[in-house]
Amino acid sequence: MSGVMQLEPGTAAVAPAKFSVRDLVKTRVRGAGSGDGESFVAVDHVTFDVRRGEFLCVLGPSGCGKTSILHILAGLDEPTSGEALLDGRPITGPGPDRAVLFQEPALFPWLSVAGNVELALRLIGVPEAERRDRAMHWLENVHLGKFADAQPHELSAGMRQRAALARALAAEPDVLLGDEPFGALDAQARELLQDEVQRVWAEREGHATFVFVTHNVREAALLADRVLVMSAAPGRLLEEVRISSPRPRALDDVLVARVVSEIHEQLMREVDKGVAHEMDL
Amino acid sequence: MSRMRWIFRELGPPLAGIAGSILAWAIVASLTSSSAIPSPLAVWERFVAGMRDGTIPDAAAKTMIRLAFSFAAAIVIGTAIGIGLALNEFARRSVRPLIVALQITPFIAWLPIAVVWFGATERAVVFVTIVGAFPSMTLATMAAMRQVPPLYRRAGRTLGAEGWTLYRRVIFPAALPGFMIGLQQAWGFAWKALMAAELLVAAAGAAGLGRLLAGAQNDVATLLAALAVIVAIGVSVDYLVFGRLDRRIKRRRGLLTTD
Repeated sequence: MSGVMQLEPGTAAVAPAKFSVRDLVKTRVRGAGSGDGESFVAVDHVTFDVRRGEFLCVLGPSGCGKTSILHILAGLDEPTSGEALLDGRPITGPGPDRAVLFQEPALFPWLSVAGNVELALRLIGVPEAERRDRAMHWLENVHLGKFADAQPHELSAGMRQRAALARALAAEPDVLLGDEPFGALDAQARELLQDEVQRVWAEREGHATFVFVTHNVREAALLADRVLVMSAAPGRLLEEVRISSPRPRALDDVLVARVVSEIHEQLMREVDKGVAHEMDL
Repeated sequence: MSRMRWIFRELGPPLAGIAGSILAWAIVASLTSSSAIPSPLAVWERFVAGMRDGTIPDAAAKTMIRLAFSFAAAIVIGTAIGIGLALNEFARRSVRPLIVALQITPFIAWLPIAVVWFGATERAVVFVTIVGAFPSMTLATMAAMRQVPPLYRRAGRTLGAEGWTLYRRVIFPAALPGFMIGLQQAWGFAWKALMAAELLVAAAGAAGLGRLLAGAQNDVATLLAALAVIVAIGVSVDYLVFGRLDRRIKRRRGLLTTD
């Protein structure tokens, strides 16, 4: 199954694509920094669309190029060939219309928690008088109102990532991109944050497009409307899984569990193949 | 109460060290009874006399004004070049070796040249101080900006900060702890260069604390009194100004291992 997923024409007319990725190739250099490292294909001719209002997860083993795809959507990186379109136009750089949750919270340590959110508001031109109130609104939304004046280092890892979520949402972006944002969290903090993300997406049903990359099958099955499964490097699309179970979902929902085991099998075969391939060399 | 305890805990060990060395000195002085090793009391008397007749306060005031000017100039020049080197790879590869060479060269080697250019004047002293201090400022600023984690840069850009705004809101604040290291180093170099230059440039216009060392001839007690003033100013600026600022920045960012 190496079929590439296309939208059915009917739905495309109703909800035009937010992102269109066409024949995307990204080559990288191993051991970046030294000029003579050998280059390898990280993303291999990948094509997909993301509908407006969709929650898409790109799932794949480590090193499958999913972070490259996300960085290209964010405008932090450029395709080697092929194209990545946002609302039908090529992506030329990052912008506050596409917030990013990184694997690390990336809060600025010289600002308080509220200061971080206020900076996001300042950068989109919110007048100073409104910033504090709006920052507090978003912090309370992720249950961090009491920690507004704390410094980031005083928070737990899970709280920091929630603060980063508040900062990302403060500019009310059309798109939220997640680069394995739950990866570094313990199980409890991860579940809490997954619930928050589901909730904020649902609150803006149809308006907010979320694209998260992950190597965690359960996470993808829990969050996504649609999961794109990628192969080990070079990263290609293997399969598309639509998930229609009702929201809010929990990890122990029967449907979610079934999707998890389906994807899991597929992915394990791919990981084995990747490992076998490397051992041939 | 807790403040008293804090002062005791903070200042206790260094004060104990000073007291111990003065005690050892007093013992050595009482054993030798040579004028080459005056007792702590004799030095204290010279210090009091110098304070009373105004020689020490006068010299200190002249030195501090000169220092403030030279150090400020070194910060401005050093930071500006450092930012330029951080931003431009060609500039970095062509200019950085020169700055490193300047940094390694003993600053006092510049003094004869400065005297030729400016005469035995205050300007020669200021020149040597600036040349002595700005390279560490440049190298530290450059390193601090280049070591800003790429993640902060990416996060700033995705929040909508580009160009100057990215520097103003993300890169410069992120580089501040590294910049503070340069400031503290530059202070040390400026102070040393200034004292050496004042000592050697025997001109009325260049009078200052360093000059007291040259004027005292072989009177060791007076020399030590002047030296004590120089040490005291150097240490207290380092500790009370830069040290305090540095600790505040680090505490805010959670970079201090102990509280």
